[in-house]
This record gives sequence, structure tokens and C-alpha cells, in this order.
Amino acid sequence: MKKFRISILAAIAITGLVFTGCSNDDDAPAPVNEEEVITTLTVTLVPTTGSTVTLTSRDLDGDGPDAPVFDISGNLAANTTYTGSVVVLNETETPAENITLEVVEEDLEHQFFFVAGGNLDITTNGFNLDSDGNILGTTFNVTTGAASTGTYTVTLIHEPMKPNTSVADAGGETDIEVTFDVTIQ
Amino acid sequence: MRTYLCMILLCSTMVAQSQDCNYTLSGKIIDLHDNSVLPGATLIMIGEGKTAESDIDGKYQFSNLCDGTYSLQVYHPNCETQIFKVKVSGDTKRNFKLEHHLEELNAITLRASIFGSKTKTNFEQKVTEKQLDRFSSASLGEVLNTLSGVSSLNTGNAVVKPIINGVHSSRVVVMNNGVRMEDQEWGAEHAPSIDVNSIGNITLIKGAGALKYSGDAVGGIIVTEASKIAVKDTMYGKTHVTAATNGRGGSITSTLTKSYTNGWYGSIQGTLRRFGDYEAPDYILSNTGNFERSISGRVGINRFEYGIEAYYSFFKNEIGILRASHIGGASDQVRSINNGIPLIIRDFTYDIDAPKQDVTHHLFKVRGFKNLKNLGKVTLQYDFQQNERLEFDVRRSSNDDDRASLDLALTSQTLRLDLDTDNTDLFNLKTGLMAQYQKNVADPSTGVRRLIPDYERFNLGLYGVADVSITDNFLVEVGGRFDYFHIDAQKFYRSSFWEDRNYDELFPEIIVEEFGNQILTNPKLNFSNVSATFGTRYTFNDAYKLYANYSLASRAPNPSELFSEGLHHSASRIELGDLRFDSEIAHKVSITLQKQGKTFGFSVNPYINFINNFIIIEPTEIRQTIRGNFQVWEYRQTNATLLGVDIDASVTLSDDWNFYHQFSLVKGYDESRDLPLIDMPPVNTMNGLVYQNKELKNLRVELQSEYTFRQNEFPNNNFQAFIPETDSFELVDVSTPPDAYHLLHLHTNADFSLSKNSMLNVGLSVTNIFDTNYRNYLNRLRYYADDLGRNISINLKITY
Repeated sequence: MKKFRISILAAIAITGLVFTGCSNDDDAPAPVNEEEVITTLTVTLVPTTGSTVTLTSRDLDGDGPDAPVFDISGNLAANTTYTGSVVVLNETETPAENITLEVVEEDLEHQFFFVAGGNLDITTNGFNLDSDGNILGTTFNVTTGAASTGTYTVTLIHEPMKPNTSVADAGGETDIEVTFDVTIQ
Repeated sequence: MRTYLCMILLCSTMVAQSQDCNYTLSGKIIDLHDNSVLPGATLIMIGEGKTAESDIDGKYQFSNLCDGTYSLQVYHPNCETQIFKVKVSGDTKRNFKLEHHLEELNAITLRASIFGSKTKTNFEQKVTEKQLDRFSSASLGEVLNTLSGVSSLNTGNAVVKPIINGVHSSRVVVMNNGVRMEDQEWGAEHAPSIDVNSIGNITLIKGAGALKYSGDAVGGIIVTEASKIAVKDTMYGKTHVTAATNGRGGSITSTLTKSYTNGWYGSIQGTLRRFGDYEAPDYILSNTGNFERSISGRVGINRFEYGIEAYYSFFKNEIGILRASHIGGASDQVRSINNGIPLIIRDFTYDIDAPKQDVTHHLFKVRGFKNLKNLGKVTLQYDFQQNERLEFDVRRSSNDDDRASLDLALTSQTLRLDLDTDNTDLFNLKTGLMAQYQKNVADPSTGVRRLIPDYERFNLGLYGVADVSITDNFLVEVGGRFDYFHIDAQKFYRSSFWEDRNYDELFPEIIVEEFGNQILTNPKLNFSNVSATFGTRYTFNDAYKLYANYSLASRAPNPSELFSEGLHHSASRIELGDLRFDSEIAHKVSITLQKQGKTFGFSVNPYINFINNFIIIEPTEIRQTIRGNFQVWEYRQTNATLLGVDIDASVTLSDDWNFYHQFSLVKGYDESRDLPLIDMPPVNTMNGLVYQNKELKNLRVELQSEYTFRQNEFPNNNFQAFIPETDSFELVDVSTPPDAYHLLHLHTNADFSLSKNSMLNVGLSVTNIFDTNYRNYLNRLRYYADDLGRNISINLKITY
């Protein structure tokens, strides 16, 4: 027992030494602003006549527990052709970083895909191309058919294999995948 | 340093007593394994200046001794040197049993020999230098994988993390040359930062019984030690070159050792290992190359009464992670899993791109010991370790950004004081204390939120282990240990998570500052842990031993379990830790029956491990993010039971032929949810036929069969995810284990004498002879690609 008591004393003494030897400047660490995150995607559809429709998904906490917030400005008109464009932002930074510019700059390594689901009667085509003549998809045309409802999914794939027929054979990895509930009337 | 478990046979014949100092001590030196006598052994009576040598019949004699206790060092060229305590009372007879060098023995002792140096009532397995030589270009995990009861959790084929009796990571302690490795072992994809070529031997203890090292080894302890250096004037070395077809690479390693009769010695060792993309039978596993560099050196003096050694090692490993495994959310998972082959297959290259790991580990230690008369051996050791870990993810903008996504530097300093008393006739006591200071720094310039926060950790430990020989055949060991941990962290939480978890109500006092949607907190956590061991060893019929051991292990939660909060790319899932965790408490009972013999030997080792507050990670929900849907995995505490059995056996069929068998089974259950535990090693068995001919250049041919059953007990963590492409919900199968598989391997080698002092050993190995396609349940990349195809390798080893 006596030995143990001595041991404990010695331990405390030694620890004291180690700890003081390593005492450091206790500066608070700097916060990291997430640079890799994309928070916001906005699809803007401009018809030749009639009102512009915007579809926005905003997820300010990235992979945090808050779900993305959707903002759909209105319904699409039936049998109408829209000129479409897509913008992606990182809004955790001030001012917000426009990541579309980066996507366009590295056009060979990115591609947007647009898929309609449910009964939505919609066709997406007329994509802009990358420097190799394959689809990039930051601008496009949308043609609506008869009145219907369904989903409209926008996917941004990083490092896809080009050319491809759809997301299924594009490889790469998903940077953005947003599904909007859309109505054509 | 090592004193092997020795069965002490007292064939003492007590003769009449008197006070004169003219007694004799005599007896024989005997080979532990076959009871043959060992001539030519040197016996030194420490502190008395008397020496003796065993004659052709193995007999020795000391004369002119008084009554009392003496320390004898017994040295034999083919044996490990040992120290015995002998009580002389009148003319005394005493035989000593020595453990022959393992390379002299047949395969059973190679596969599962026992040594009692670390604990006395835990069955221990050993990997010797000779065996390690065959793994010159492998990782530590791959070497350990050859032992029963050990499997590995792999990330591809270069990150191999040992699993002992079903548990891994922080539950497995790695002691490298007397230093506990602090290499961020918490992560499932963090392999031990050790070059196998720097190791002389490995001891595996499947339990927490070795309290000297730690009290939190819920699974077990892996002890690696440098080769022993003889106290004589000599200089020797070895160079080992390996070339392999799979990965189109190889390794070169060299060791040079110089020693003197006055006890001084020095040794230096270095390894270079380079592989390009490995190959599955049908395709190239793109971005799986690796590049390892390491160097180590030691210098010291070793005398009977005292010794001091300084050791330094540097280890750097750059490991490519399968490109096709770096994916986004559930849609990518469905695509990858359903595709059957990796979504990205490129041409072979030696280049290593993101995703990759770049790990650097520095280890420095200085250690001194002194044998104090009437007290025992006192050892003082200081070690310094720095582990730098860089993980590179595929960045959104990959062109101009070669920054790591994770950049952690973990520095640890430890002071240990150990006392090994052996001056009592009744029992041996080992006791000591340790103090550790650890600091982790996460570099914020990555532009990615810190996965592990900045923290400081203090650890104070105190232990004592005693063993008593009740009779010559029956030994009892009992020990206890206390550890205190204090963690002082600086953690940024996302406000949304902070509130979602109710931390704002539970821990309002730890908030330091708010930055936009992030909160800086200063959690201070304390853990007081008690661990203990109680065991017995009974020897009967000379060849049989029965070990029974109970051990209590307590493990404080690791930083990953406490602080994780975010997307884990390589797993394609969000992982969440919990600040509220308590220590994990494990009660393990293990029994081993062992028979040693020249023609037939075996060991059977059933065990059961009850773990309270077992920390597991499991899926809880699907989270929608702008990147798609991700499964959320949360750490949770539960009560778990693990049980299993490990079997080794060996039969000598003739002088040249030997057959061995190995079988491991483990089952694990979450008791509170009544479900099987995830990632439990499937049942596996290894069988081999060895031909060895001493006359024919020491030719050795080994045919090895490895059969792994399908894991039929697993928790169902599959989930449904909406896939826009098909406009439907699809099953994401992340649970179903792959099928059983059988692999055949061939290993051959032979010795060629080059000159009087140098020898060439040539080896040829073929693994996965039939280029079998298989996937391993314990490979974290099994969803994306097959495991390795056939590999042919050539080894050249020159000793000089």
C-alpha cells in the first residue's frame, strides 16, 4: 500500500512535469467555412411570352439535419417552350460564391442531367456543349406538353464519362441532386 | 527484455543442511519441446561472477554456494536467453527448460506457439522473424491475418486493420517496441503505421490481460518487438527484395546491425515499397497504388544490471483509394452496387490521385532499465510520437486544388515507469505508472469542416499484476489497473445539429462563441476507468496446458465516437457522434486448452465477451440534402455479447511432411435490440500442407487453402431511396454479405549458401492461384469492386 501511495505521488509529480512542459497557447481555433459545399440550385425558365418560372432548392446547413427548402415561383404553362438556365451557389460564404462559373470553366468534368418523373409531360433538350462537343447543360430548352404533374430532377455529375446516354452510364459522382414537384397547367 | 514463460521443474533432492558455503547446484538443460538435453548452454550466476557450461549430456554444476536465492542467466545459441531464480538449500538439483528458436521447430509451433512473457494466464500467439520474412512486402494487418481469431477490416487492399475476436479500431491496442501506437487508430480506414520489416516478432494477446500496456484493450493487444541483439562482437545484416505481378511493384528492405561484447549495439533499417494499381481478376482497380517509405534505427547498451536504448522510426505511406468508391448519395450507391463492376476503370498507372491517404508517423523513444538487488528491474521510458494524417477527397474543383480535405496532426508524449520484482520466492509483482499528454490539431486551411476537432488529452495510469505459483503445475495471476482521462476539446458544431440534438439545453455552458451558423464549444470530459485480470494456468501430463482468464477492460470513447458530425465520403454516409457517451466496459472470459508435441499439437480457445455500453454505429434515418439522399449513421451505446472459438492444430505426417489446420468462429449480438452486430468476421478455416527437406537446400513448399464462409448473421441496414432516373424507389443493399469463397496459395523457398557467413534465400509465391473472383464481407469497398486476383511474387533474401 505504501508503495502505491508513493507511486501515486510520483505519478502526480511526473504528470505535472509533462503537462507544464507542454502547456500551449490556448488560442481558440478558427472556424472553417465550408468551401466544398453547394447550398443552392436555381433553375430559371424564361418563356417567349408569359411569366418566368424559377425553381430553387436551398440547403444552408449542407449535410446537417435541416432539409433543403424548396421555392417554386409558379406553375409552368402547357404547350410552351422555355429557355432554361441553371445556377449553383455556395451561400455559406459572403458574398455567395457562384459555382456555375467553376462548372463552366471545367466543362469537361461536369454535366447537368434533367429527368422528368410521374406524369409530368416535359421535354428537355438543346443543351449547351463543352469544349469537346459533349453536353454540359448549364443552358437548355424546356418544352411542356399537356397539363400534368410530376417531378423534375436536376443532377450535376462530377467527372462523368462523356458522351453518355443518361446518369445511369455516366459514372462519376453526384454533386447535386434536386427533385422538384412541378405542375403544368 | 523478454523472459519467456518457463515451466520450472524442480527435481530437487534436499540434502542435509549446514551453515557452510560449500553446496552445489546441479542439473540439466532441457529442450522444452521434446525433452532432449541441450549441451553447450552457458549459465551465468548474476552478481556472483560464477559461470558454468552444460556438457554433452546437458549437465551443469555450480559449487561453493551458500544457502540463498540466486539469479541464473541461461544462454544457448539456439534458444532465447532466459533468467531463472533458484533457491539453493543444501546441495540442490534443478533442471532448466529452454525454448528452442522457433525456426528450428515444425509448423505447429510456428503457427501457434505460446510464450508467457506478456501475461501468464492468457494464451498468446506469436509471429516470428522467420515468418515475418515471408511478409516482407505486406502490411502488419496482412501478417496478423494469418493467426486464428484475427481477421481484418480492409479499405481496398492497402488499408488493412486488424480485428481481434470480432472487434477493432480503438479496441485493439498496438504496442510497437514498448510504445503504444497513437496513430489515430479510431478510424475504420486507418491502418497501423508500422513497417513489418522493422519488427523482430509479434505477440498477440486476445484479451485485456496485459494490464502493463493498457486497460482498454477490449479486443486484444498486439505487441511488436525489435529483434534481439546478441552481446558479442559481430556485425550482420540482411537485404530483402520482393517483386510482384499484381500491382506491378515490389519492395526492398535492408537491416544492418553491429554489436560489441561490452554490450553496446546499434542497428539501422530501411524499407521502400512501391505498387501501382492492383488488379482484380477481370479489371484494374484504378487508383489503388501505394508508396511506403520507412526508416528506423536504434542504439544502446545492454548489460545484466542496466541498459539504455534510444529508438527512432519514421514511417510514411501514401495509399490510393479505389476511385470508383468515392461517390455521392443513394443514387450513386444504387448505380455502383447494381453495376457489378467499378464505374471507373482506367489504364494501369503508378500515379496515386485523390481519393488517397498520406500518413506520416514519427516515433522516438528512450528507455533505460536497472536491475536493483532485492527489488527487481526498474524501467523508465519516455516516448514521443507524431502522426500526421492527410486525406484527399475528390474536390469539386479538382484542377487547381491539391489541398487535403482532412489534415490532422496528433502528437503524443508518454512517460512510463515500470517495476518488475522477482526477488520474492512466493510471487512476482509487476507494477508501474504512466502519464500521457496528447494533442490533436486539425488544420483549418483544408476548407472542409474538421472531422476530428482540436483537442488535448491527459491520461494517467497505474497498474499492478502479481502471479503466484501455487504448485509447480498451477499458477494464479491477478492484476488491476486504474486510468484517468481528461479531454479538453475545441469543437465547432453546426447550429442546426446543436439544436437538433438538444445540446443547446443540455450543454449551454460549453458554448464559447457563435460564428454564423457554427458554434464553437469547449467540451471538457473526464473518464475514470478500472480494469482487472484474474487467471490461472495449469500444466498436466507435461504436454498439456489449460489457461483460464477473466479480464475486465474499460475503454473511454474515442474522438470519432464523441465528435463526428458530417459526411464520410468513403462510406457515402453521414456519421454522428455523441458527447454524452460513457466508457465501454468489457468482461471477457477465455479458456484455452493446449497440447504441444512433436507429432501432434493443438490449441482450442473458446471465449465470451460481454460488453456494456458497447459503442456501435448504425443507420437511423435517410437525410435529404442538396447532394441527394444520404443514410445517417449514429453512434449509440448498447450491451453486446461476442462469443467464439479459435482452433489451431498440426500433425507431423513424416519427417518432411506436416499438415496444419486453423479455424475461427465469432458471433456478436446487440442484446438490447436482439440483433446481430455488423461487420462480424465470417467463419473461416485455413488448412495447409507443408513439405520441408533439410537435406535439399532446406526446401520448403507450402500449399495453403483458405475458405471463408458467407456471413449469415448481419443486421439489415438496407434502405429505399428515390431514384429519379427510374422514377421509383429502389432498394439500396448495403447489408447483404457476399458469398463464401475459397482461395488457394502456394509458397516455396529454399536456402543457398553463398559463403561462410552469407546465405541466399529464394522464394516464389502464388496467391489466389485460380484467379478466383470474390468479395470480402470485411472489405469496406466490397460494394464497388472484386478483391485481388492472382499474384505471383519472387523474394530474394540475403543474410550476411
